Amino acid sequence: MLSRVANSLYWMARYIERAENIARIVDVNLQLLLDIRNLDEKRLAAYWLPIVQATGDEENFFKAHRKATGAAVTEFLVFGKENPNSLVQSICAARENARMVRDQITLELWEELNRLYLFVRSPQAREVWERGASDFFHEIKASSLHIIGIIDATLIRNEGLWFVQAGQFLERADKTTRILDVRYQSLPERGVPERISPDEALEWSAVLRSCSAWDAYKTIHASDVHPRKVAEFLLLDDNFPRSVRFCVNELNHVLRRISGVAEGRFTNDAEKLTGRFLAELQFSTVDEIFEVGLHKYLDEAQLKLNNIGAALFRAYIFQPFEAPDEVHMVQQEEQQQQSQNQ
Amino acid sequence: MLHKYKVNGGFDEMLCPKTGVRGHYKKFHKLFESLKPKEFQAKREAIDTAFLRQGVTFNVYGDAEGAEKIFPFDLVPRIIPASEWEYLERGLAQRITALNLFLHDIYHEQKILKDGVIPEFYVLSARHFRREFVNFEVPKGIYIHICGTDLIRDKDGNYLVLEDNGRCPSGVSYVLENRRAMKRAFPGMFESIGVRPVENYAQELLKSLKYIAPAGVADPTVVVLTPGVYNSAYFEHTYLARQMGIEIVEGRDLLVRDSRVFMRTTKGLQPVHVIYRRIDDDFIDPTVFRRDSMLGVPGLINAYRAGNVSLANSIGTGIADDKVMYYFVPRMIKYYLDQEPILPNVPTYLASEEKDMKYILEHLPELVVKAANESGGYGMLMGPKASKAEIEKFRELIIAEPRNYIAQPMIHLSQHPTYCDDNFDGRHIDLRPFVLSGERVSIIPGGLTRVALRKGSLVVNSSQGGGSKDTWVLYGDK
Repeated sequence: MLSRVANSLYWMARYIERAENIARIVDVNLQLLLDIRNLDEKRLAAYWLPIVQATGDEENFFKAHRKATGAAVTEFLVFGKENPNSLVQSICAARENARMVRDQITLELWEELNRLYLFVRSPQAREVWERGASDFFHEIKASSLHIIGIIDATLIRNEGLWFVQAGQFLERADKTTRILDVRYQSLPERGVPERISPDEALEWSAVLRSCSAWDAYKTIHASDVHPRKVAEFLLLDDNFPRSVRFCVNELNHVLRRISGVAEGRFTNDAEKLTGRFLAELQFSTVDEIFEVGLHKYLDEAQLKLNNIGAALFRAYIFQPFEAPDEVHMVQQEEQQQQSQNQ
Repeated sequence: MLHKYKVNGGFDEMLCPKTGVRGHYKKFHKLFESLKPKEFQAKREAIDTAFLRQGVTFNVYGDAEGAEKIFPFDLVPRIIPASEWEYLERGLAQRITALNLFLHDIYHEQKILKDGVIPEFYVLSARHFRREFVNFEVPKGIYIHICGTDLIRDKDGNYLVLEDNGRCPSGVSYVLENRRAMKRAFPGMFESIGVRPVENYAQELLKSLKYIAPAGVADPTVVVLTPGVYNSAYFEHTYLARQMGIEIVEGRDLLVRDSRVFMRTTKGLQPVHVIYRRIDDDFIDPTVFRRDSMLGVPGLINAYRAGNVSLANSIGTGIADDKVMYYFVPRMIKYYLDQEPILPNVPTYLASEEKDMKYILEHLPELVVKAANESGGYGMLMGPKASKAEIEKFRELIIAEPRNYIAQPMIHLSQHPTYCDDNFDGRHIDLRPFVLSGERVSIIPGGLTRVALRKGSLVVNSSQGGGSKDTWVLYGDK
């Protein structure tokens, strides 16, 4: 498989997953605010700012906006043109990557992704948004899940799919750590909080819902929402498909499929780092994590995931495929129409 | 639905002013008549949505939002009876054979120049003549592997060749997609009318490409080389690659080591043997042609010269697109094949011939003037429709650079019933058949019928308000 193609498939999947996770996180926060009373501007900011921080685009946000109000944050995260990781920009990027490898993906996958792209860029998207954010996010999540289903049901099991899945699981693991980190300011720096208020319980259940984990969590812990259990579930659960451990485990499998190297060995840094992180997740307890401090632990986890992504790139893509001068290149590609004469 | 349709001047493909619906349109006409306007509307909308969703689009240049447009598609097919197609096929095969012989000749002995059949000056001054490739042996002696020859019909229905596209002709993906859409919309019609299929184009193309693989390579790796996603025909490039089941690569995916071409893959470097390139000569190798090209592959031409990789089309075929060379094609046919041209040219005047120049300058308001090396409807003057100022501008251009201009009388293209503004009306059309030359010449039945959707317009280019139609070649004449 061409390195450039592998790269595009990987980023296509990451951006789809990213868009879906933004929909999840903003949607849940909006709903959460409906349940909380006595909100003034300052308290509102305390709910919205962490969301911006969770996506890692805080600096970018304050370039364009002064205050973290609900309207500013949602606009920035959903439609923001100035934010390369906004929901709409992510879908555009996913679609652009898919377009570059149009011949490597199935018609069904392309059609659905293209439909989603046409939708978010249409005036209709704004109309749906203004009628009710929830409907809008539902549309995005449904489409993303549809795409994941199509990937599973139509893509041939070869290298291309492994790169798609590598992108999917890496992004999902990363986003789960970020969603889990949203409420870190209500936690002590280290150790497990003893008691939590009813409002805090609501907040932690919102974290679970952001990861579609509410139902799964309830079957294990009934309605007993406590940060220790939530963190344990989202980080260390073996069977929940959005937990970090699950995602890293899948990533580990996928990387071994790409290289054909058996478990317990490695041939490149991506395999080494993934295996190491997986072992750590497998042989840790949640209390040890709270001993380090949840926020600090999550920060390190994100760094590890970033390093895996970079190592994957070095192992298979060889060199950054960025044009030395994008504008110039676009001009030349267009210039080629002289000979196409349609 | 077609009963209100009338001939409105010129040659009409479907209706004969005396006898009504022409024989080869009768079956279609009858089936189409039974369609209710509502059903027709529904089919139209379904096809448009499908094209947009599947991304069967071309890019609009200079649009910051990166908008893509669908190439407007008209549901009334253009129909060609078997005997007429057989005639066209013979004419096209003759023409491509002569063009390939011509290219081989001018890049070798240049007999046609020495014998004075074509004045030397025209060939040696041609912008796309690559003197670096004189005496270079192209694989199997074939220069143009894929040719798009544009045909039109005059007011009496005679077919004429308008131009040859021997570099990177595009549009074949629309032929294939249009057919798919029509089959979905009118599944019943194809069998009862008897339409020849077009589906095997990709296999034929791949066969032609494998045919030119370097000697000694048993199972050649063939790739499509595209300028990239921003190119207007990018959809077509991926489409063809997919249909052939081969990789589509950009210049940056390839590299040359020891005069061999490799592609960068996740498993390391893999050799490439044949490149179907959709990049012009100028951009293909920055070490040989344009130095600022970022689309090409440094060293590719060296590998090509060493015979380790084959290119389709070959380097230097652009000269066959030169509109001055077009003028000489009938002479080439006579010279190399000793035959009369089966398909005639449009009468053409060369500005660099003294007598023709005089005629051109005196008759500018009646003539169509074309720059020798432009295409896509650019660099053109439509005398009868131009303003005084435009005519004067071209007069100066022609006088300043006669070698670069030709003129032709205005040909009233044939008309075809086309759905416009809730009605069926006559619109001008042309035809671009796609001619493959490999072990033998093979031509996809029909080709791309382009239609000028603006009333009275003679410009069919998609960049200027053109659309397309499915082209049906029948098994029989009725």
